[in-house]
Amino acid sequence: MKSLRLLTAGLAGLVFAATAHAAGGAEHPHPPEGGWPFEGAIGKFDQASLQRGYQVYHEICSSCHSMKLLSYRNLGEPGGPFYDPAYPNPNMNPFVKALAAQNEILSPTPNDVGDYDFRPATPADRFRSPYANVEAARAANGGAAPPDLSVIVKARHGGASYIYRLLTGFPPDDAYVQRLVTPETIVTPYSDNGTPDDPSDDVAEVKTPAVYETLLDVSKLPSEHGSSEHEEGFLKINAGQHYNPYMAGDTAPNFEGDPRHAPPGGFLAMPPQLIEGRVEYTDGTKATPEQMAYDVAQFLAWASEPKQEHRKSLGLAVMVYLGLLAALLWFSYKQIWRKVDH
Amino acid sequence: MSGHESSYEPTNAFTRWLDSRLPIIRFAQDHAMNFPTPKNLNYWWTFGGILAVCLVVQIVTGVILAMHYSPGVDTAFASVERIMRDVPYGWLLRYIHSNGASMFFLAVYIHMFRGLYYGSYKAPREVLWVLGCVIYLLMMATAFLGYMLPWGQMSYHGSNVITGLFGAIPIIGDTIHTWIMGGPSIGNQTLQRFFSLHYLLPFMIAAVVVLHVWALHVPGNNNPTGVEVQDVEKETVPFHPYYTVKDAFAIVLFFMMFAVFVFYAPNVLGHADNYVQANPLVTPSHIVPEWYFLPFYAILRAITFDVGPIPAKLLGVIFMFAAIAVLFLLPWMDTSKVKSMRYRPVARQFFFGFVATCLLLGWCGASNPDDGVFGTPGKKLVVSYTDAGGAEITSEYDGGGEAYLDAKKFVESLPAGTNASISAVAKPTFQFRHLSLILTFAYFGYFILLFFVGLTESSKAVPESIHKSVLKRSKPSTATAIPAE
Repeated sequence: MKSLRLLTAGLAGLVFAATAHAAGGAEHPHPPEGGWPFEGAIGKFDQASLQRGYQVYHEICSSCHSMKLLSYRNLGEPGGPFYDPAYPNPNMNPFVKALAAQNEILSPTPNDVGDYDFRPATPADRFRSPYANVEAARAANGGAAPPDLSVIVKARHGGASYIYRLLTGFPPDDAYVQRLVTPETIVTPYSDNGTPDDPSDDVAEVKTPAVYETLLDVSKLPSEHGSSEHEEGFLKINAGQHYNPYMAGDTAPNFEGDPRHAPPGGFLAMPPQLIEGRVEYTDGTKATPEQMAYDVAQFLAWASEPKQEHRKSLGLAVMVYLGLLAALLWFSYKQIWRKVDH
Repeated sequence: MSGHESSYEPTNAFTRWLDSRLPIIRFAQDHAMNFPTPKNLNYWWTFGGILAVCLVVQIVTGVILAMHYSPGVDTAFASVERIMRDVPYGWLLRYIHSNGASMFFLAVYIHMFRGLYYGSYKAPREVLWVLGCVIYLLMMATAFLGYMLPWGQMSYHGSNVITGLFGAIPIIGDTIHTWIMGGPSIGNQTLQRFFSLHYLLPFMIAAVVVLHVWALHVPGNNNPTGVEVQDVEKETVPFHPYYTVKDAFAIVLFFMMFAVFVFYAPNVLGHADNYVQANPLVTPSHIVPEWYFLPFYAILRAITFDVGPIPAKLLGVIFMFAAIAVLFLLPWMDTSKVKSMRYRPVARQFFFGFVATCLLLGWCGASNPDDGVFGTPGKKLVVSYTDAGGAEITSEYDGGGEAYLDAKKFVESLPAGTNASISAVAKPTFQFRHLSLILTFAYFGYFILLFFVGLTESSKAVPESIHKSVLKRSKPSTATAIPAE
């Protein structure tokens, strides 16, 4: 009987754990070494990292990815990357004003004569979107519209760690090989298309540019991506696609090798973006790919949940209050029931 | 007990005047303060009070959220995020409301299992139980409607699955499906009607709660012994202050758990995909409802075969609704006169088995039905090709790396034009849909067993009265000193 009850309790725990389980054959995104400063019950964002993260977003990501739910004023709000206690109203924060003014936007409201002007953004404006609409975004990116990043950390299993691992998880360049599909020259026989004056039909040899396809040598993937069994085989990379072990998807159709050991992950249209030194941090931090990924993932975590620090600090007060109230009620209960056998 | 005499005495001219016109103070004192309540109720009985508080929390936060929410396919998602970002303490209201739904269901499940264990559905409390089932049904409808409102991917595709269930009804199914959606597909009109109904149903719940409490106050509370109160003086205490303080303590403990979710893990019970705006053209790889629907979702998907003229889909829908309907019939399915499982050794084993079944069904509902229950099964290689006659032929290879080399050699040996390909296919294993099917029968089996067990079971000695059982427990030294015979 007791064991059955224990089993039931154990099952309850198991079911809750299983509910949170994520599906898909992608690599599990572990947090970066040292974890995230904003995790845990009293975690806070690292403001310097948030500022660098905004710089990475602004200089790299924002050329394709919108953040439609954010306004420039959010950057200067309490807990934000550029919050300054001297300016409780973020719209007055000169730094935020300057950051906003770096972006030229199409004014969302018409001017005096009813036209829509381009003008520098103000803190009250939404983040500038790189494309006018989703169709334009799709057309400019080979059919796949880059997702909006406003709530991306909440919208992915693994959150900020997923962003971090995805950005740094592309295979190294030397893992790719080229394979010739059509030879460099194609010999065509003499022909005559019946128009004596057409010189093109007198050519004996037609030179066509060689067509190569890109293959990923799976055995050259960094070892942490491989399973216990050493994998051999080549993954065909379609034009405009990029393999990433953290991307949700299925690599089996593109895998030349034992299909039981197709590498984890999938393909995405975004090429590796964070190349050493691509941004020059104003605070002198060395812009390694890992550093940039760490900063931008933290910035996106803040953007997805800007009230997170406030939530946790209020939570502590609420828990203390409820704890005291529970103790008080417990003693009241004991006092009131002291004469009743029950 | 409605039979207890009113002890209210108006103390001044105004209350005397009011008492002869609208005896509302008398009513409140008789029902909320002096109501005689068995003194042996344990903490499982605090969940009624917890549920009342949950309903109030949901209505209060919901009314405020509705002031800021904008139902529309282009505005809903952004307005929810605006609440999270720009409305003062909007993040708190929304997280209380979204996690509050989960807490409400957690409490209602405990409340229902308590009723099942202590036989609170038996005479004279059948109407009380049935009203409770009505509340539960309304809660499920409200939660389903509410999950649509953030207009995320799971909102949209989950609603698509659930409204689609009505399409499985023969003949009139399509008409009902269209009528519910307000059009040929889920769109703006669906979102707006779901919002309207999501606002309406909680007040219907509140109305049925009034009836539920009324139906409780006629026979009075059941209690852990299942023996009815015989001596009001000895065996009951007034609800206030005895149970107000005990319930308040339990409610605060419940709030502490609630607060852990709201402040430290507000999205852990949700699904990441619901933070992606609804897109009818992109279907999530794995559609799952909220955790509190998972057992029913597992039953829905458990039936994967047609039975005679009934298609599998309709059968799944029938079983799912039957799983809820059977709760309404429970008072008449359990044939035992003994209420509390404490004195029903056989039925008690089945009760714990039933709890385990429900939890395992939840696990099945959360899992991909084709996945193996005991880990991922191994895979074998299948070479498929067409022979000269155009017939499809497959051959299988199983084993380590050498199996792949063999398969590859075989493919290379085939003549051109056979269109050969090697694919990995999971070996047959015990899948979640198999487990779901077994558990579905176990779920219904419990109710059938109650019928037969009640007829044959020999129960343990039931205490003569609440008072005697309490005396026995509070003086264990004397109880053990006296030999049983």
